[in-house]
Amino acid sequence: MKESRPLGALSGVRILDFTAHAAGPQATLLLAYMGAEVIKVESSLYLDTFRREAAEVLGSKRAGLSWFNPLNANKLGITLNLKTDAGIEIAKRLARISDVAVDNFRAGVMNKLGLGYPVLKEVKPDIIMVSSSSHGATGPESDYSGFAVTMGPLSGLSHLTGYPGGPPTILRHSMDLRAGTAAAFAILAALIHWRRTGEGQFIDLSQREALSCGAAESIMDYTMNSRIRSRNGNHDEKMAPHNCYRCQGEDKWISIAVSTDEEWQALCQSAGHPEWARQEKFRDQLSRWQNQDELDRLIERWTSSHTHYQVMEILQREGVAAMPSFSNEELFNNPHLRERETFVPVPHPEEGELVVLAPPWKLSRTPGQVHQAAPLLGQHTEYIFRELLGMSQNEIARLIEKKVIY
Amino acid sequence: MPKSILTGVKVLEYSQMVAGPYCARLLADLGAEVVKIEKPGVGDMARSRSPFLHDNADPETSGLFLYLNANKLSITLDTQTEAGKAIFLKLVKECDILVIDQSPQAMQEQGLHYQALKQLNPGLIMTSITPFGQTGPYRDYKAYPLNVFHSGGEGYLTPGGMENMARPPLKAADYLGEYDSGLNAAVASLAALYWREATNEGQFIDISKQESVMAVNRVDMVRLAYDGAVINRAKQGVPYGGMLPCKDGEYTIFVTWEPVQWQRLVAFMGHPEWTDDEMFKEHGSRAKNGEMLNALLTEWLSEHTREELYHKGQAAGVPFGVVCNAKDLVNSDHFKARESFMEIEHPRTGAVKYPSTPYRFSGTPCKVTRPAPLLGEHNEEIYLKRLGYSSNELSRLKEAGII
Repeated sequence: MKESRPLGALSGVRILDFTAHAAGPQATLLLAYMGAEVIKVESSLYLDTFRREAAEVLGSKRAGLSWFNPLNANKLGITLNLKTDAGIEIAKRLARISDVAVDNFRAGVMNKLGLGYPVLKEVKPDIIMVSSSSHGATGPESDYSGFAVTMGPLSGLSHLTGYPGGPPTILRHSMDLRAGTAAAFAILAALIHWRRTGEGQFIDLSQREALSCGAAESIMDYTMNSRIRSRNGNHDEKMAPHNCYRCQGEDKWISIAVSTDEEWQALCQSAGHPEWARQEKFRDQLSRWQNQDELDRLIERWTSSHTHYQVMEILQREGVAAMPSFSNEELFNNPHLRERETFVPVPHPEEGELVVLAPPWKLSRTPGQVHQAAPLLGQHTEYIFRELLGMSQNEIARLIEKKVIY
Repeated sequence: MPKSILTGVKVLEYSQMVAGPYCARLLADLGAEVVKIEKPGVGDMARSRSPFLHDNADPETSGLFLYLNANKLSITLDTQTEAGKAIFLKLVKECDILVIDQSPQAMQEQGLHYQALKQLNPGLIMTSITPFGQTGPYRDYKAYPLNVFHSGGEGYLTPGGMENMARPPLKAADYLGEYDSGLNAAVASLAALYWREATNEGQFIDISKQESVMAVNRVDMVRLAYDGAVINRAKQGVPYGGMLPCKDGEYTIFVTWEPVQWQRLVAFMGHPEWTDDEMFKEHGSRAKNGEMLNALLTEWLSEHTREELYHKGQAAGVPFGVVCNAKDLVNSDHFKARESFMEIEHPRTGAVKYPSTPYRFSGTPCKVTRPAPLLGEHNEEIYLKRLGYSSNELSRLKEAGII
């Protein structure tokens, strides 16, 4: 597309995107934020669940867009029925003019469709293909299905999350998005290799493995000491206080973490409780840690009579790490994030302006730009089929009629 | 011999604990040479964090440190001294990517900001990772991993499905938000490197850890702007199914998002009579009667082990999972078949299994060529061979506590 925009690092790279739900779309979103041209291939036959179900689950069309839109901004949308031979042929034509193909189907699905790496490599010898599946392309569980809710437990992260002595807990969308970020990393690495050597390659990504890297230290404890770590709430192995404390207002909390004696002294002074600092049982890190339950009660008595913003300001002024446990509402209205323009409104063809998150990095030379909302279903038919593939209006009409563009 | 992607790329890591070192480790696995700067005497703070081999608090055997720093070289350097700073600038001059986790204030005070460093090295990619980024009112606020995670909005949503709202929001695992930040920084660094391949232009990268956590929660983070909804941990569960107890005091996990998955689950359970009840006919009614439904499901689940449910449930077309702990992961047949853990030999710990990389490149496999370095292990190699100091000079710098 031609209008001039702030430079993106991946300007000129084209990505053929077969992904749906969240893990795949997060990967291609990050690349689209860098200026890559991402062509999202959908079909009315099997709509992206985030497009199809969100409105029902969240109660309105607009609310439903909060799932699809922030994950698919900056992308172009077409429909293509991959259950028809003609649809597969068109997908190959698109692969021929793309640099990267991405899918997050269950392992093996692209092969079955006739769009596996050997096929795409034949039409585009230097193509980079990334298959991001729940369990990876090999191994006895490779054809098992997974969702964000099941990937938290399968990766070892749910086991480590919860109150001490309580059950493991459910982790949701973020599981998919973490795996998607790892996929974006792998694609960028392959793009650098491609730029240096002209060689493409295939990348098998296991979402479960990507997530289990976030539990590395607990895995190392097992492989080194045969110890199975479990849930420890908000506690730390050394620091105390190290918890989330109730503040004034409904469901308002502040997280406070103290490592050094200087921080502890500063906390006591600024909280107006210099007598805590004089107590032998809170004298050093170890004694604070040993008496942390008592410490937590004292601190919560103090925080309860302040707002979390007050506690944050009082403690940060003196160099003590204290941050509210922010809700989505507080973050949206937060002055720090306002100044950093973390939330960006983008024009949407049907809903006026819709907000998405800005890229989670600021690149000084190639900032990129969030320039458009997620595509409507098939919104870019004209550009992709006519301009890129050179089809005639008649041909396109025929393909629509035959439910190939569908 | 398969090539490495980042062969010849030099990374200077002036970071500690998890986020910055994880970023550099990800680049090292692609073949970059990473030189890690540690504080003389104590080194990276992660060296003092568990797990330690046999619980013996030796700074060379922290599993956290060993994992995050495999494939790197370590030098010691006190950048607070004039001589130390001069050496640091020499290192910056010849690196491609600097990964730095100093606060904006500290960078200004030490004169280590991008404007100054790019004079020395115009092609420099400088990746700064701080809790709240380079700008905005919180830019110099302090945050440990706990504060990062809560400030990024995911703590407020954790634990999902919480019924007792009197209990506080929680962090997930120990350093999850730090790993997010490191990965995010590595993604941005590769983008900058891709750009540099064509243009030779460097740039400054501002990574906020808070925004890194928000970025993997983007769907929930923007919600207010769509329909005004405020989300909390009570609203993050699943209406029925989800994580439920099964046989032997273990937990199973499954979802039936699709109607067909529910039908398969009913068949998998052998079609118990209660599933015909009107209350459980539609997704909507099942959600409304979720509590009663889960009680009935639990009754059936409690007769089956989690492994049985996982494998037979998957065979029946229902997305079951297992709540794995570290032992389950390491001993998983699936992970074994994929070689998801790799053994790394280290002089102090012997051979230990580490998590491998989650992506398998067909043409340029990731490689681990060396274990995490001992503190200052590569002082001689870098200072003598690379920077051309003499042995005498090196001894003097050591005596002065600069190295």
